[in-house]
Amino acid sequence: MDAIRTEALTKHYRVGFWRSRPYVALEGLTLDVRRGEVFGFLGPNGAGKTTTLKLLMQLIYPTSGRAEILGRPVGDVEVKRRIGYLPENPYFYDYLTAEELLEYFASLFGFQAAERRRRVATLLDEVGIGAERRLQLRKFSKGMLQRVGIAQAILNEPDVVFFDEPMSGLDPLGRREIRQLILRLRDRGCTVFFSSHVLSDAETLCSRVAILAGGRLVASGHLSSLLAFQVQGWELVMTGVSAEALEQVTRAGQVARATPFGVGHYAFELPLTTPPDRVLSELTARGARLVSLMPVRETLEDYFVRQVAEAPRDRGLQVSGTHAGR
Amino acid sequence: MQVVSHIALNVFKESVRDRVLYSLVAFAVLLIGGSYLIGQLTAGQDIKIIKDLGLAAIATFGLLIAVFIGIGLVWKEVERRSIYSLLSKPVRRHEFILGKYAGLALTLLVNVGMMTAAFYLVLVYLNTQTPENIRAVLPAPVADPGMLRAIALILVELLVVTAIALFFSTFSSPFLSVALTMGLWLIGHFNADLRNFEAVVESPVAAYLARGLYYVLPNFAAFNVKTQVVYGLPVPGSYLLTTAVYGAVYIGLLLTAAVVIFARRDFK
Ligand SMILES: Nc1ncnc2c1ncn2[C@@H]1O[C@H](COP(=O)(O)OP(=O)(O)OP(=O)(O)O)[C@@H](O)[C@H]1O
Ligand SMILES: [Mg+2]
Repeated sequence: MDAIRTEALTKHYRVGFWRSRPYVALEGLTLDVRRGEVFGFLGPNGAGKTTTLKLLMQLIYPTSGRAEILGRPVGDVEVKRRIGYLPENPYFYDYLTAEELLEYFASLFGFQAAERRRRVATLLDEVGIGAERRLQLRKFSKGMLQRVGIAQAILNEPDVVFFDEPMSGLDPLGRREIRQLILRLRDRGCTVFFSSHVLSDAETLCSRVAILAGGRLVASGHLSSLLAFQVQGWELVMTGVSAEALEQVTRAGQVARATPFGVGHYAFELPLTTPPDRVLSELTARGARLVSLMPVRETLEDYFVRQVAEAPRDRGLQVSGTHAGR
Repeated sequence: MQVVSHIALNVFKESVRDRVLYSLVAFAVLLIGGSYLIGQLTAGQDIKIIKDLGLAAIATFGLLIAVFIGIGLVWKEVERRSIYSLLSKPVRRHEFILGKYAGLALTLLVNVGMMTAAFYLVLVYLNTQTPENIRAVLPAPVADPGMLRAIALILVELLVVTAIALFFSTFSSPFLSVALTMGLWLIGHFNADLRNFEAVVESPVAAYLARGLYYVLPNFAAFNVKTQVVYGLPVPGSYLLTTAVYGAVYIGLLLTAAVVIFARRDFK
């Protein structure tokens, strides 16, 4: 059984007051997230990430398509018992203290008073809210609210958590703490589904990612298996390179670029077509020494930019050949 | 059921933190200050006027609480998006609505209860100040327990108003909700006139319309027995019962409609 499964999940909004026309927020999203995965849901602003999460929480209803969590339709209370959700820019009742808010939420799960107090205290420690827990939430900073938001999402030791931009508003220390928290959740067997623009977070945390642009899925899979993460060339760094040796390798056209770092110290970029060992042996034969040899891969960022740039921009619906776009 | 009561308690907590109970202070000042002034101005008539004032004040303060908290109950959660995290908990949408309603009902109950207590305290004090010969000619005792009947119906009316406000707040903005709720409240007080409308108009369509509206709109005048109790006229228990049942049916219909609308909503 998958943790999350969507089938052709679609959400159109109607925009415009007089002549309202459909606007595609999400189109035909089909996705499977397996139990125990940390899944990154990436995409530029307005891609439809929040829309997807709201559909999964049944805060909005799909125009068409289906979604299941833990094998049951979304919105089912039995599902809600076993999941957690951090909304984007969370806001909570500002007349409550952090402690009271979490106790209130814990009561909705039916935990008894002693159990509630125990859970709330450990959770607030876990997300790094100290003495401020007795403060009304109206006095909380953005980052502190974000921490409370994360705490309320994992209050019930969920099997699946949904984080909408968990790192937003956090300082570098906070980001690291949340990264560690996500890994701890994963080690407990919890499935983590999070949206983000911060690609380095996805690179360090996720087993798989999906990239969304313009409401459509443009790529998904293991980071390592996404085509673009294949080796694109090599970077060879050598020292003691003589002028003659330099001329030899550049003239033959085996080197795309040679960047000097100091006297006799060069970084060579080799295209994929050039076997690096040949260049290496030519250079060492002329007295140069190897410093490093590294494969060059496209970064997630490059990949992201390319995918997003290629994605269709039109968000209107094609209605019988005519353009209903914005 | 548990979930509903937790949500209700949170509404009550919010109203306490938002200092709704301060309205009670305003009530006490109005009542005590008013009775003092009236005592200065009139002789003998004052008990009746103070009773009128007290009952009207309970109804008015209750109305303000019911309307102004009622319209924000659901709207505020949706607008500020605190509902996002709440509905991701094991809470069904209808439990949310019922919990909100029960919470405001509890707030009203506590408020009206405290206002009533303050009212009777003032009356008991006035009783000691009223000479025997004047007490003898009054239509009802000074601290007349019969007034509780009027207060009970005020409470039922407030619960209907709360249901109306909540109903509107599930789909419209607070400004519109206030206008609609107050409008309905006003019409509801003149509702009985609609029944006689057909005698005044010629067009049968208008007459049918008036009759239809008479049955659909709440008949708030039915909840008003203030004059009767002040003059010591009897308000039979059967009247209390039927009126309360009428209110309950009305509340049930409104909450059902609110739940149905709310269940289909997208939270944007
Ligand atoms: N209530 C709404 N009415 C109309 N359009 C909407 C509504 N909510 C969202 N949209 C549109 O749907 C698209 C997807 O929005 P969504 O909030 O899902 O983006 P996102 O990927 O979460 O972006 P971000 O990274 O900025 O949070 C956007 O273009 C947005 O304008
Ligand atoms: Mg978003």
